Amino acid sequence: MSDATRVYRSPPREGSPVSDPTEAPPDDGVKITIDGREFTAHKGELLIAAAERAGTYIPHFCYHSRMSPVGMCRMCLVEVDSGRGPGLQPSCMVPVSDGMVVDTESETTKRAQEGILELLLINHPLDCPVCDKGGECPLQDQAVAFGPGESRFVEEKRHYEKPIPISDLVNLDRERCILCDRCTRFAREVAGDPLISFTERGNRTQVLTFPDDPFSSYFSGNTVQICPVGALTAAPYRFRARPWDLDQVESTCTTCSVGCRIAVQSSGDQIVRRLGVDIDPVNHGWLCDRGRFDYESAYSPERITDPLMRGRAGDSELIEATWPAAMAATAETLREAIDAHGASSVAVLGGARLTNEDAYTWSKLARTVIGTDNIDSQLADGLAAEMVLTLPRATIDEACSADTVIMFGVDPKEELPVLHLRLRHAVVEDKVPMIEFSPVETSLSRHCRSVRHLPGALTESVSELLASEGERIGSGSVVVVVGRGSLAGSGEDIEAAVAAIRQAIPHATFLPALRRGNVMGALQMGLSPGILPGGLAFSEADRLGEDWAGSQPVVSDEPGLDAAGILAAAAAGRVAVLILLGADPLADVPDRDLAERALAGAGTVVAVDTHLTVSARRAHVVLPASGPGEKAGTTTNLEGRISRLGPKVTPPGTARPDWMIAVELADRLGVDMGFADSRRIWDEISTVVPMFSDCPVERIESPEAQDGILCRPAGDGDLRWDPPAAVAAPPVDAYALRLVSSRKLYDQATMTANSPSLAGLAEESRVRLNPRELDRLGVTDGGRLAFVSPRTRIIATVSGDEKVPRGVMAMTFNAAGPAASELIELGTVVTEVRVETL
Amino acid sequence: MTDHFTPANLDLAHEIIGRYPVKRSAMIPLLHLAQEQDGWVTEDAMRQIAELVEVTPAEVLGTCSFYEMFKRQPVGRFLINICGTLSCQLMGAEDLIHHAEQTLGITSGDTTPDGLFTLAVAECQAACTEAPCLQVNYRHRYKVTPADFDDLVEELRRQAGEGEGPDPQSPETAGVPRHGVLSVARQHIPAERAAGPSSPTTNQGPPVWMPPPDAEEPK
Repeated sequence: MSDATRVYRSPPREGSPVSDPTEAPPDDGVKITIDGREFTAHKGELLIAAAERAGTYIPHFCYHSRMSPVGMCRMCLVEVDSGRGPGLQPSCMVPVSDGMVVDTESETTKRAQEGILELLLINHPLDCPVCDKGGECPLQDQAVAFGPGESRFVEEKRHYEKPIPISDLVNLDRERCILCDRCTRFAREVAGDPLISFTERGNRTQVLTFPDDPFSSYFSGNTVQICPVGALTAAPYRFRARPWDLDQVESTCTTCSVGCRIAVQSSGDQIVRRLGVDIDPVNHGWLCDRGRFDYESAYSPERITDPLMRGRAGDSELIEATWPAAMAATAETLREAIDAHGASSVAVLGGARLTNEDAYTWSKLARTVIGTDNIDSQLADGLAAEMVLTLPRATIDEACSADTVIMFGVDPKEELPVLHLRLRHAVVEDKVPMIEFSPVETSLSRHCRSVRHLPGALTESVSELLASEGERIGSGSVVVVVGRGSLAGSGEDIEAAVAAIRQAIPHATFLPALRRGNVMGALQMGLSPGILPGGLAFSEADRLGEDWAGSQPVVSDEPGLDAAGILAAAAAGRVAVLILLGADPLADVPDRDLAERALAGAGTVVAVDTHLTVSARRAHVVLPASGPGEKAGTTTNLEGRISRLGPKVTPPGTARPDWMIAVELADRLGVDMGFADSRRIWDEISTVVPMFSDCPVERIESPEAQDGILCRPAGDGDLRWDPPAAVAAPPVDAYALRLVSSRKLYDQATMTANSPSLAGLAEESRVRLNPRELDRLGVTDGGRLAFVSPRTRIIATVSGDEKVPRGVMAMTFNAAGPAASELIELGTVVTEVRVETL
Repeated sequence: MTDHFTPANLDLAHEIIGRYPVKRSAMIPLLHLAQEQDGWVTEDAMRQIAELVEVTPAEVLGTCSFYEMFKRQPVGRFLINICGTLSCQLMGAEDLIHHAEQTLGITSGDTTPDGLFTLAVAECQAACTEAPCLQVNYRHRYKVTPADFDDLVEELRRQAGEGEGPDPQSPETAGVPRHGVLSVARQHIPAERAAGPSSPTTNQGPPVWMPPPDAEEPK
């Protein structure tokens, strides 16, 4: 074998983290010799990993740095001498030991590698020309680099039906499988959904699901990415492109706020695939299926490609318009509204879909050009911005290595799936003690100490724990993972619980488990009433320079309205222009009735969005925005980690980035914001906002930023969070059920509903009750009941679910069918629902 | 909740699970129980076992399908495995298999239409000195001639005609219990005599039978 083929490296997106050539410090180190060169490895490190760090690639299929080694494929056999003479050992199963001498290029090693490859190829169909993996296939590549070049096998190969769907997203071709145990190990160890398993034995061993029980894991797409052959292929990508035609750019997923690093790949100016990129602090190479496949939504017929407008008559259809016409109309409406009713008659809802640069520009437009502080990036379905921005913040790594993790208000598997993988690993594998408070069983309840509480009684439950065990828990490090959880009650209960923990354990740090893509970035850029970029209070406006300080009177006034206030004002006819920045209040506000009245009562509704959502259909002007993979900029994840987005394709039609829309609106209102690209905007952000002063453009663009740059609020500003006094849970109404309504991964969210591969995975709306509650009511699974809240009466299908305690009804938020948000009245502590049989 | 085990067997299943510190350890005993109940392991049984030992059905299938003696298709009341390995081959196994196929009217691997017999050719049954040998529901018969085979079939038919066959719980009963019945005696440890399971994760001390370190050496 020539030296040229020896420098073969595994494909960079294959899963292994970037090779780190640093040697271990001598006091911790183990000295080994690899191919004649000395290297100091870490104690306990696997030989294959040490060799990789030392720059020597050992071919392998089953070994994966993020999973436990199994020694299944035997490809990594190398000659190892640990003092008893050289012998072949699988380097993925052998920890380094002092004085170990390794030869990865000896004749014996080469013969072993050739033998293994010949064996692996015996039953492999070699249908590479019609295989999605062809061209990026570790088996193909290693057969070329390390194989014997020919086979002595002339008999008939093993045959199976091919391919068979093992889920809606993944196809399995058992003929190509080399039984490396990567997918099954991933399902068992990493995802915790062992729905695929080796079945049969010997020559007939094959990976299969249980009959009629598909591999419906939220993480199934990862198995496609880590499959070292073409046995597992993704249905959405099947036959869409060949690897050598793909162009790729590194970016960050903005589907949720975890901020997984991804590679966006395109062919012919269309995104065709997303792959996980392994970075240590966040996603370890994994993605959820929603983040992996929802790029499809960019090509949905609901995608807005050109501005839409109604005629002046108001009730006419939305028809296509030119940008100048739509912008002129929007600017004109804004100017009229400001002149007639004052700037505070303008309100902006949403912004979590935006990049940091978009958010900053809109924040600045609203405050300094329009002059309104009625702006909120959350739709009354998140946490108090003051709380999020003032709490001492933890990183995901800190949460995963804390002495105690306390979690409430979130089922990460449903809302922040890769955070779930990280926490699950910490709790299950690393035995990190976790205490969870939840009204219903969550995905982690089985693995941790899980405390049930009635909806509305979280604070009581947390205080009880703190009273009995606060001292013990507080003696170590504590990270609190806090989300909004059920939308059927106000967030005050959660805030009060946070305050209780702050008081009992002052050194506790917090990981805000907010859901939407760049919600943290939006909050940090000031898309929240009374808060300026960098989490500054109005009183500190002068720290932002003259543009902001000079924007009197807005920043000297009382804080504007938050989402609930904006909606109420709109419903009362006090909002002349309502701008929806990627917000869909009808779907997302936990009070459907209020959202309906707000959209009806607002004077003019301007929607800036990627898709024609239910709310955008009600708008008077719709402006098309570019979506993920279509724009440059940065995003901030829930830890406050800022990373760069990679623009890969051109947006469809005339859609443009949100910042550009803001800049043009400002221009038409007579202010030149001076932004020509997103780089220039970040330049201003890092110049004027103290929180980002050590994060200039150059640093954002440097290789250092691959893992993201952590920017946490300094906590020395004037911004104050006044926690609500502990909310007393209302007494239990024995005749009613308390509503718990939280989100599932697949729901009617814009991107999911517009991705054909994912849309079908969303469940229909149904009410889940304890089976004994069903017996009491005399209905069976699939029966129908009427549910009456102070808001309305709906009829819904019910099913029994042991995970829901008695006295509680669980209903997925934003599912297709009767909406939970119809039952909910914004601001009530709990939603009591009476049940009527039909 | 899948409802496959009979109430009596479900009680037994819970007792079996109670013997192990980790529930999933009971998977194989429960597969045996399911095979004893139905003569083979049905999909419903695997589903219920998965629920009982808190794993996924795929994991139960993975374990079940690894073991050849767990049948995932219906088999006859009597499974006749004729050894086809070397010693038995030399001593006339081929003739015996041919004779068996003629007698029962089926090829090996099939079940007779009346559901009584399944015929299979098996690998070595560790009775080479007694070749050719076969097993009926894993009970050996040695040095089997074609005439012996006919007698055996006749005897089994007679047994089957007498009803459900010997009570597997009664040690006195002779004969061959139906396929799936592991043993005529069932292990049952009364609660007051059971040591109970000891969790490998929480119990870090030495085993109870180990003398303390300062104990005197036994003379």
